Amino acid sequence: MAIGRIVKVAGPLVVAEGLTDAKMYDVVRVGKERLVGEVIVLDGDLASIQVYEETGGLGPGDPVEGTGEPLSVELGPGLIGSIYDGIQRPLEAIQQRWGAYIRRGVEAAALSRTTKWRFTPTAKKGDAVSEGDIIGAVQETTLVVHKIMVPPGISGTLEEIRAGEFTVEETIAIVRGAQGKRHELKLRQRWPVRKARPYREKLPSEELLTTGQRIVDTLFPIAKGGTACVPGPFGSGKTVIQHQLAKWADADIIVFVGCGERGNEMTDVLMEFPELEDPKTGEPLMKRTVLIANTSNMPVAAREASVYTGITIAEYFRDMGYSVALMADSTSRWAEAMREISGRLEEMPGEEGYPAYLGSRIADFYARAGRVVCLGKPERQASLSAIGAVSPPGGDLSEPVTQNTLRLVKVFWGLDDKLAYRRHFPAINWLMSYSLYSEDLAPYFEQRVGPEWNELRREFMKLLQIEAELEEIVRLVGVEALSPSDRLKLEVARSIREDYLMQSAFDDVDTYTSLKKQFKMMQLIKAFYEMGQRALEQGIDIHQIIELPVRERIAKAKFIPESEFDARWQEILNEITQSFEQVMAKAGGAYAERVH
Amino acid sequence: MQREYTSIAEIAGPIMIVEGVSGAKYDELVEIELAGGEIRRGRVLEVDRDKAVIQLFEAAQGLNLRQSRVRFLGKVMELGVSEDLLGRVFDGAGRPIDGGPPIIPEKKLPISGEPLNPYSRDYPNEFIQTGISGIDGLNTLVLGQKLPIFSGAGLPHNQIAAQIARQAKVLGEAEEFSVVFGAMGITFEEANFFITDLRKTGALERAVMFINLADDPVIERITTPRLVLTCAEYLAFERDMHVLVILTDMTNYAEALREVSAARKEVPGRRGYPGYMYTDLSTIYERAGRIKGKKGSITQMPILTMPQDDKTHPIPDLTGYITEGQLFLSRELHRKGIYPPFDVLPCLSRLKDKGIGPGKTREDHAGVLNQLYAAYARGVDVREMAAILGEAALSKIDRVYMRFADEFERRFIQQGEYEDRTIMETLTIGWELLSMLPRGELKRVRDEFIEKYLPKSVRE
Ligand SMILES: Nc1ncnc2c1ncn2[C@@H]1O[C@H](COP(=O)(O)OP(=O)(O)O)[C@@H](O)[C@H]1O
Ligand SMILES: Nc1ncnc2c1ncn2[C@@H]1O[C@H](COP(=O)(O)OP(=O)(O)O)[C@@H](O)[C@H]1O
Ligand SMILES: [Mg+2]
Ligand SMILES: [Mg+2]
Repeated sequence: MAIGRIVKVAGPLVVAEGLTDAKMYDVVRVGKERLVGEVIVLDGDLASIQVYEETGGLGPGDPVEGTGEPLSVELGPGLIGSIYDGIQRPLEAIQQRWGAYIRRGVEAAALSRTTKWRFTPTAKKGDAVSEGDIIGAVQETTLVVHKIMVPPGISGTLEEIRAGEFTVEETIAIVRGAQGKRHELKLRQRWPVRKARPYREKLPSEELLTTGQRIVDTLFPIAKGGTACVPGPFGSGKTVIQHQLAKWADADIIVFVGCGERGNEMTDVLMEFPELEDPKTGEPLMKRTVLIANTSNMPVAAREASVYTGITIAEYFRDMGYSVALMADSTSRWAEAMREISGRLEEMPGEEGYPAYLGSRIADFYARAGRVVCLGKPERQASLSAIGAVSPPGGDLSEPVTQNTLRLVKVFWGLDDKLAYRRHFPAINWLMSYSLYSEDLAPYFEQRVGPEWNELRREFMKLLQIEAELEEIVRLVGVEALSPSDRLKLEVARSIREDYLMQSAFDDVDTYTSLKKQFKMMQLIKAFYEMGQRALEQGIDIHQIIELPVRERIAKAKFIPESEFDARWQEILNEITQSFEQVMAKAGGAYAERVH
Repeated sequence: MQREYTSIAEIAGPIMIVEGVSGAKYDELVEIELAGGEIRRGRVLEVDRDKAVIQLFEAAQGLNLRQSRVRFLGKVMELGVSEDLLGRVFDGAGRPIDGGPPIIPEKKLPISGEPLNPYSRDYPNEFIQTGISGIDGLNTLVLGQKLPIFSGAGLPHNQIAAQIARQAKVLGEAEEFSVVFGAMGITFEEANFFITDLRKTGALERAVMFINLADDPVIERITTPRLVLTCAEYLAFERDMHVLVILTDMTNYAEALREVSAARKEVPGRRGYPGYMYTDLSTIYERAGRIKGKKGSITQMPILTMPQDDKTHPIPDLTGYITEGQLFLSRELHRKGIYPPFDVLPCLSRLKDKGIGPGKTREDHAGVLNQLYAAYARGVDVREMAAILGEAALSKIDRVYMRFADEFERRFIQQGEYEDRTIMETLTIGWELLSMLPRGELKRVRDEFIEKYLPKSVRE
């Protein structure tokens, strides 16, 4: 490889000359410290390079060396439970060797070179194999069986396959290709991050990604393999909802990308996830999680890469047949990193200074999500769901990142600072948000939860709409001017909002609600509404209905643990019925009194 | 290699271009020697073949294209640190202005710092009692947090910051906070207020001050917070101290940043501020926190005045996206004579949830604060509605909420500038206020806590 020379340094951007055989997106090593960089523009003899580390101390004349390889990640056992920076450097190893601060030029292998993994082959010598075929497995954590696959592009006859304990660099199998080419397979593969990993075929989404978050599952559900975005101003709950999904979503694998956000939020995940139990298996949630952390104060070019690093790792687990969910917090910081590099390149700026290719980059990212038939044998289906936070400046959704994202994703959880200010969390605005999966998922809910689910959901949505209209009237003439039936609707809508949609992420019980409990909670509110309507028809005073003490029990149903829920639910339901019976029984006398 | 040049080609505001340079490195420190021997400093912002673009750290006054000599120092800007920094006052560029002797450094640290590895951080979760109910009760500050005050011209942010500096304590620890104070472009009176206040309480010996006043060079303001944080990191992580960093006014900092950007003719972002301002601010604010295995901590309280009280302005907006919450001040409450005039609803401490509860404050704290918030939010709504429709149009319960909101502001939020409430006192006031509401309304507090803490007299 030719050695080039730096001619210019401007922040994270370096221009070099003499890199005669460099290709676009090749990784280069910059300066005497051999900082990792990537070629992003080639113009005559000049190559513009974005450098993934601080460039202080670099100057004209310093060497730049090509590697001939694009920016890639290592994929293999050891990913789960790790925390990496934006270009997959392992932060734990870096802390052990270099202490609390991230020095420039540190190098550490993404996957341990010394850990031995027990590999159990499932294919045997003589088998014809091709790309994507599963040839064996490693039990990576108690929650994850790491399938070892033939890397894309390789096929032939399995000449040899070994059981036993191996490091990621040792050969576990040999494939003889068509032209007699010999391929040594290891537990680890490499893949260039900017290129989507191949699959056989995309499928429509039809299964729910259960999140345990009531407003999400009930009103704005996301399907496995779906895409969602969470825009909102600061403090409206983007990070908390992403953390909640990372904790409770029923995916096999979680990839969480902390892209240009706070250091402490990653620390929070690192400290909390090993303590939290997966509701299905009782195992620590960290045992299914991979973290990418390129926080706001870490180099900006590596922030740009972090999203690709994350989604490539997610695709790799998808290829094993798993349902994977990726959260990126925040895609706006990723876009800003693009903008910063673009500015240094002196490219023609588009809207708000973002490069003209912003939209296509966002589209390429979300296009990597989906439900698919994986490559290879045995035949398997898998999904990769992508959920991106968006941080619009000033909370203004008309800005380019939000707008470009909304064009692509199918679920929009719009966060509202007014709800956050009154501590209504999750602050997802129910009037503005939507899910384009609701209809596709209707059969799923009907079969898995109950036939009335979809109707209850529609009714809840309707009441919330009506509430918004009634509030307009109340603002003009006061609440006492409403008809009793409208007042009841207002009260029920309030109950939907406060008792159902509001959900505390920090309460041990409330933090997660199973679909079954969601369904039953809805039924309580519905029962109160129906009996209330009937009571009104019988001439009962609305105030009596509003003041029924059983309403407090409905409100607190969310705090009843799942294990006790069925029994206590029945009690509450009975109490609702009895309360209304009592009111009606007294009604005759009371009515007569009022008339006189 | 030649490292000294007289080939300055251009000086425009805070930007200087030197030509015919060889071997200049990005980000390295340069010294400019004026004709009279005076030294100014700057850093290399861009180097393009033999041309170096230099950002001055100090005023350009007196610089001259022909006579000034530029020296490339081959290192970055550093601060000499030692415990002797304590009790001293420096200007915004780090020169002593208190008449004391120069610091004999124990070592020199680069002022831009390095990013803290998220893996090495320790999550901040220790309660700091500030003695102010609006903070302790509602938006609890924890050790290692960065919690800014979003204020406006003429509001008492300085008084609040000084009160926090006076009263802040970690319960159960005798040691008091050390204060590292950074002033960017504030008035002499404001700076003097802090110095006097710290001196009065004897805290000045535990304080270090870096002061750039309104009439000091604008361009120094870019350096000031970095000096402050380098000093704070030394005291916290090498000298085991709990450090409270006060930075005021970050708006002036951001304006200096805009000036540099404009002088470089960069494509401006929102309202003329550079597109990288988020990243730049994060390299200041993220230098707060705790580190695993270290005793000390850095708690940051930046103060900024929002231009036109507009919270969507890029300075508060980007700050809010980085800091761990924010305390808004309200002109309306200030006008009503309420001190501290917290604009309660948009205030937030993101770290409170892990800093409160049994063993830290009290078991009922989370429920009480959520209930107070919800009730106050409703009360404020009702108050607005009453202003349009008149009280007569309100329902009975709405009237209760309206009264609640008034009382809440008067009894919970309002307190004296020298009043130091314990967290228990704060929670007691909270429960007294909640007792104004019918019990059925207390949906956010667990029944067991209502039984235990709701004042008996009203529980019938
Ligand atoms: N193509 C690449 N994609 C991503 N990271 C890379 C790539 N090439 C090198 N790196 C980074 O550089 C580190 C060292 O790479 P290596 O090829 O061993 O460099 P050297 O030849 O200088 O020893 C890797 O651990 C990785 O972090
Ligand atoms: N579901 C929730 N339950 C309880 N509190 C929440 C919830 N969502 C958000 N919050 C509160 O809001 C604060 C801000 O949320 P966060 O997700 O950090 O906002 P953003 O990422 O949008 O800036 C949190 O620190 C927490 O106090
Ligand atoms: Mg090597
Ligand atoms: Mg966030």
